[in-house]
Formats: sequence, C-alpha cells, structure tokens
Amino acid sequence: MTTTASTAGSPFEYAPAPESRAVVDIASSYGLFVDGEFTPASDSGSFKTVNPATEEVLAEVAEATEEDVDRAVRAARRAQEKVWGPMPGRERAKYLFRIARLLAERSREFAVLETLDNGKPIRESRDVDVPTAAAHFFYYAGWADKLEHAGYGPDPRPHGVAAQVIPWNFPLLMLAWKIAPALATGNTVVLKPAETTPLTALLFADLLRQAELPPGVVNIVTGARATGSALVNHPDVDKIAFTGSTAVGKRIAKEIAGTRKHATLELGGKAANIVFDDAPVDQAIEGIVNGIFFNQGQVCCAGSRLLVQETIAEELVERLKARLGTLRVGDPMDKNTDVGAINSPQQLARITELADAGTAEGATRWSPDCELPSSGYWFAPTLFTGVSAAHRIAREEIFGPVLSVLTFRTPAEAVAKANNIPYGLSAGIWTEKGSRILWMADQLRAGVVWSNTFNRFDPTSPFGGYKESGYGREGGRHGLAPYLIEGSTY
Amino acid sequence: MSTTTPTSVAETGRAGTGTAPATPGSADRSAAEIADLARSVTGSASLDDTAWRRYLHGLPGVDKVGADGRAAALSTRSIKTTSKAWALDTIIRMVDLTTLEGADTPGKVRALAAKAVRPEPADPTCPSAAAVCVYNDLVPVAVEALAGTGVKVAAVSTAFPSGRASRAVRLADTRDAVEAGADEIDMVIDRGAFLSGRYSQVYEDIVAVREECRANGHHAHLKVILETGELATYDNVRRASWLAMLAGADFIKTSTGKISPAATLPVTIVMLEAVRDFRALTGVPIGVKPAGGIRTSKDAIKYLVAVNETAGADWLDPDWFRFGASSLLNDVLMQRNKLATGTYWGPDYVTVD
Repeated sequence: MTTTASTAGSPFEYAPAPESRAVVDIASSYGLFVDGEFTPASDSGSFKTVNPATEEVLAEVAEATEEDVDRAVRAARRAQEKVWGPMPGRERAKYLFRIARLLAERSREFAVLETLDNGKPIRESRDVDVPTAAAHFFYYAGWADKLEHAGYGPDPRPHGVAAQVIPWNFPLLMLAWKIAPALATGNTVVLKPAETTPLTALLFADLLRQAELPPGVVNIVTGARATGSALVNHPDVDKIAFTGSTAVGKRIAKEIAGTRKHATLELGGKAANIVFDDAPVDQAIEGIVNGIFFNQGQVCCAGSRLLVQETIAEELVERLKARLGTLRVGDPMDKNTDVGAINSPQQLARITELADAGTAEGATRWSPDCELPSSGYWFAPTLFTGVSAAHRIAREEIFGPVLSVLTFRTPAEAVAKANNIPYGLSAGIWTEKGSRILWMADQLRAGVVWSNTFNRFDPTSPFGGYKESGYGREGGRHGLAPYLIEGSTY
Repeated sequence: MSTTTPTSVAETGRAGTGTAPATPGSADRSAAEIADLARSVTGSASLDDTAWRRYLHGLPGVDKVGADGRAAALSTRSIKTTSKAWALDTIIRMVDLTTLEGADTPGKVRALAAKAVRPEPADPTCPSAAAVCVYNDLVPVAVEALAGTGVKVAAVSTAFPSGRASRAVRLADTRDAVEAGADEIDMVIDRGAFLSGRYSQVYEDIVAVREECRANGHHAHLKVILETGELATYDNVRRASWLAMLAGADFIKTSTGKISPAATLPVTIVMLEAVRDFRALTGVPIGVKPAGGIRTSKDAIKYLVAVNETAGADWLDPDWFRFGASSLLNDVLMQRNKLATGTYWGPDYVTVD
C-alpha cells in the first residue's frame, strides 16, 4: 500500500514493515469509565469507531447521556472532596509517577491502538504521541508536592472538578496535557474524548485501574457533541479545559459566560512558517515538511502558511517538491509510512472543499505522484503556489496536508503578514541570524514561536494561543495556573 | 544562499527521474575545465583565499539540531526481507575493504584481497567488494593479488593520515601509488590550512594531486578525505565538500578512520546534500564515501536509506557510494546467511583476515 514518488524508480524498494496489531486487545464494545467502573450508557446508546485507513469498525462505544455525565461529575466531586483534594501533594505525585511509568511500559500497545483509531503513522504514535504523553505525567508528577513554590501564592488551591473535552488529532497526548496538570494540582476530572478516537482514552482508563488510582478521580465519558455540551454545562463543574475548533470554543465561552466556571480554550490556528534567505535550507525543508505534513496536517499549530523571502522562493519550492516526492503515503501501520490517513470522512470533505476553493480562486495546486489506497480516507500531500493573502486557503484553517506558499520581501513585511490573521497559536522562523530570531519572536503574536525547528513539544514548555486561537496555557509551570486558585493565606 | 546555491534545481534529477550520472572516466574533465568551472561557480577569476571565503561562507548554513534530527528520523526506517537482501548485497559491492596498520604485511594484504574477491567462498552468488584499500607501499602486492578480478586497488596517500608534509612529499607519495598501479587514490586535505582559512592552498593541493593521478597516461580515481572529525562543524563539512568538488574530486570521503569521530550519519547526509546540489548546479556527479566506525549491517543500511532519500537512487551504486570499512563485511556476511537460511552463523564461520 505504501507508495513513493521520487524513489519509485529506485532499486531500493522498502518491503512492507507492518507493526503487529496483536499487541493490543480491542474489545467489541466499551462502556463509560465512571467512579472506577466501566458501565453502559443509561439509555444503552452507543456509536461505532472506525479505523480511518481501512473503514473497518474497531468497536462499539457507549454514548454518555446527560444522566451519565451527571453521574460522572458527582463521582468526581465526591473523589475530590473525600480523597484527592485532601491527599498530600507527595502522595498524588506517586500516582502520577506510576501512571507515567505504566504508559512507558505499555507504550507499544498505546501506539498501535492510537494508529488504528486515528490513522496517524505508527512512526509518529510510537516516537511522538505516546512518549510525550508519558513525559507530561512525569513532568507534572514533579510539581504535585511543590505547588506552594510555583509562584501562585503560598497555598494555592484546586478548582475542584475539571471538565475536559479533547480533540481527535492527538487523542492520548491531549488527554495527558489535560489530565496530568489537573491531577497534580488536586483537581478531579471528567474527560470526554473525541467521538472518532475514544479508544486510547478507554485503554488509559484500564491503565488507571492498574495504577490503583482512587475511583472517581478520573472519569471518562465517551460521546459526541451532546455529551460534550452536557459536560460543559453541568452546574457542578468548576473548570473547563477545551481543545478543538474555534467555532466550538466560542460556543463554550458563550455558554459559560456569567457562571463561576473558569476556562482554558486551545483552538484553531493558521501558523506562518517564515523562511529567510539566510536560512539553513536543508533543515528548513525538513521543518516545512514536519510543520504541515506531521499528522497529515491535522495539527492546530501546523505551519500551514509558508512565508518565503522572495529571493529564494522559486528555488525553495523546487527543493520542497523534490522532498515531497520522497514522502511515503499509505498504510499507517507500516513503520516506513510518513503520511497516514485523514481521521474521518467529514474532515476529508472539509479538506477537499478548501483545496478545491484554492484551485477555483486561482492558486496553483501541486501534489507528488502518489497512489492512494482505495479504501479509507486519504488526501495526498498538497502544495499551493501563487497564493494571495486574500485566498481562503491563506485565511482559513484547513486542518489537513495542504500548504499555502506566500512570499515576503522584508522582515517587517513577514511580521505583518504572519500576524494578519485572526489566529495566533504558533509561528516558525528560519534564519541563521540570532538577533533577527529574537526580534521576530517579540513581534509575532503567537503563543509558540519556533526558531529553526517546528512542531516540537515538550512538557516543560507552555503552549497556547493569542486571539481566536484561545486563552490559557498548557505545559510548563504556566500550565499549573489554570488549575489553581491563587492562595493568599500567609 | 541566493548567490551561491544551485539555481537549476528544477533540472536536477530527483531520484529515479534524473539522468544517470556519467560513469567514471567516461567524461573526464581536464584541469582547465575544472578551473573554469571553479571560477564560474565562485564568480572569481583569481580563486584566492578571499574569493573562496566569500563563496564558501555564502553557502547555506547547516543547523546542527535539524541535521541530527533528520539523520535520526531516517534511522527509523525498517528494512526487511527482500529490501534487506538487496541492501546487504549492495553493501558488499560498495565496501572498500581496508587495512591501514603499521603492522600490515604482504601476507595480510593478500588475505584481504582474496576476501574482497570472494567474500563468501561457499556461495557463488555473493558479490565481490568494490576495492581493497591499503597503504602506499603495499599497492604492488594488492595489484598483483587483484589482477583481472575487477576489484579495485585503492591507496591512501599524501602523508596519510595527518597530511602534515610538504606538497612535494605529498605529490611524490601519490606518484608512487599511481605508478605502482593504484586505481584509486584516497588523499587527505590539509585540515590545518582549511581551519586557518587558507582555502586556496587546500584547493591547489587537490588540483595538484589530481594531476598526479592523471599523469603519464594513468587514470587513478581521486577520493578526497575531509577528516570531518577534525573539521568539527557541519558548516565546515559543507564548505570542505564544495571546495573538494570544485577542485576536481571524484569522491568526497569523510574520514581517515584514525580520528574519532569518524563517519557519522549526519555528516554523511550533509555530504550527500552537497553532491546532490553540485550535480544540480554543474551536471557533474561526485561520489561519497563514509569511512570508519561503520561496523554493522544495521548501521550500513541506515546509510543506504540516507543515500536513497537524500541524493537519490542514482547514487545507489559502487561507482557513486562506498563504505570504507574492515569489520563491516563479516557482519554483512553473517546477516546475509541469516536471511538465506534463518540461522545465525557464529563468528567462526566467517574468516578473520
């Protein structure tokens, strides 16, 4: 299934190297994880989750009703008041360390399941998603007994019950970003995974039982939009953490307006990846590829707008095309696959619609010659040149493997163009000139600015947005703040 | 970057689609043609230190973190079954089987030559190695032992490994090897000159050694050893690669094997990028030879993956890519047997040479 373009004539064809799916047992059906037990939905409702690379149904998953959500929030409240909140930080840390170790020990199982349910290449789930998720638990475990030294007052307190709604692009990693700081700070959690990717969250529930985490500290309610809405609007929720689309984020902000609920929103993006003519060009090419084709471009901080200095634009695009020719698109379970499947038919339709709009508006579309599998949801890596700032593909978040190439002439113009967008999640700067990197980073209104790299994630580094990319920070010391009420007792 | 990098990348040959490189010797360039090309690429008639500095320091930089990351990513390729079998045989065909010890004797060289010709005597399908690489004085022994076999004789020369001798001595050293019948000369650059910015001296050394390789009707292939472990930075590796290519090297080679670190995957990738871009700019293909420190099949396969995905499939050939190695061959033979029979040989089933 794996195909390549420029290595097509090569005598060195890579034979299929599929990861074994035998390392993970997928049950035919899954319940909700509430108060330490798996239970069916109150109305026995369920939905199917499929492997987007093959359209094979992987499992039936319970769809939580309002009643189920209420049960989960009550369990979380009980656990917060009776067990988790009163527990000393050093004891909470032990659970977090245990979770981190178990994630690392069971990493292969999680990686395979993530790839099956999400469609991302096994190389990424194995080398990025799962190890980074474990690292987040390790990192926040270290904070649990040091909160009074974190800069949030002498005795910072948890909010109570955190309602967390996460997206389908990094199912396990987003779960870790949400749950680790919440637990470290003494909050309890009701988490809703995305409806197309619930399986690693449910496997994580199994891991929590293995870690003997007290019942009710983490509850996982699967479902779609109605479940998420019931959770966010539950009156006994203190804190909301949402990662997903800007449209849903705005709706949540409206819904909780006037309530006591605190929220962090990590929403969409349309990041500029800015390449100057003195950039380390071979590494810049890799950074551009990693910026937009990592996880099929289904990344909120994807470098979807390439801003290239005009002096090198033509040459850089030629080099980029040659590089795209070596991308291996196909079976996500093959260890040599670089670009996997799109997560859902809905997402595929959106990518297709926006890419077609790019063509209709007059941009020039290019894709390497690659044969896509006949079943599943696929979109070839795509490059648009001749893109104007007014084109939809330069303004709207595509959330797919589609790169729009624009040009600039001066650093000031690069900054102006990079900032001229309603989003502000991330940006990349490629130049060998250190002073320019610092100047640019000061000017860019983006929560994360990468220099001479892109799409790197580390638990010690805060992540979050400006403008319509949301508010609040996750990761690092900053990531504790949204889960704490600053203490003032001396 | 704007003035110095290839402008004709569009015409390059992406792997599999470009024109095949010329075979060695088929379009040998004269010294005058090489100098003309160097003048036109650098935009300088004088080719003095200032001109070289302006040109070499204008090449795009190499970001170390990114280059190391790219090498690590390519290292995760999983090469199995048929592709592994192809890779193992290709590695054997690319090995310059090397012995460079003060204790080398004619007997040792003859043993190595026999091994290079028939690495696995019991298996007629096992290919020969590319060459045997020896010190200068043992060239006659190797030439005699390899006559008519197709396996080349490579000699290290120019006061290998340090290169710390006068140009006259280094040229005489080369002349000895060429006269004795060496097919290939592995010269070292003067790293001291390079690191102190005397680029024109390095250039002129290479030009002079190349002339020696072609003197009196001989035609020895010239491999230029950069000793990347002493150049230290990837920027220097890229600059030294371009300097050597513009001076007429047929191959650029990482290391002598006498300095640590010897060949590394990121350094080799930087050099593969250089030969890719050089061909895009000039149409002239140059070979690459990592040497030293590559001891296992697994490591060597990573290099082949890097060749395939960096320079392209045109370089997957012993004319354009070599491994300088001694112990690598035995590991490849053991892996090859494992793939064919399903069982591992112990080390006593391959010859110690």
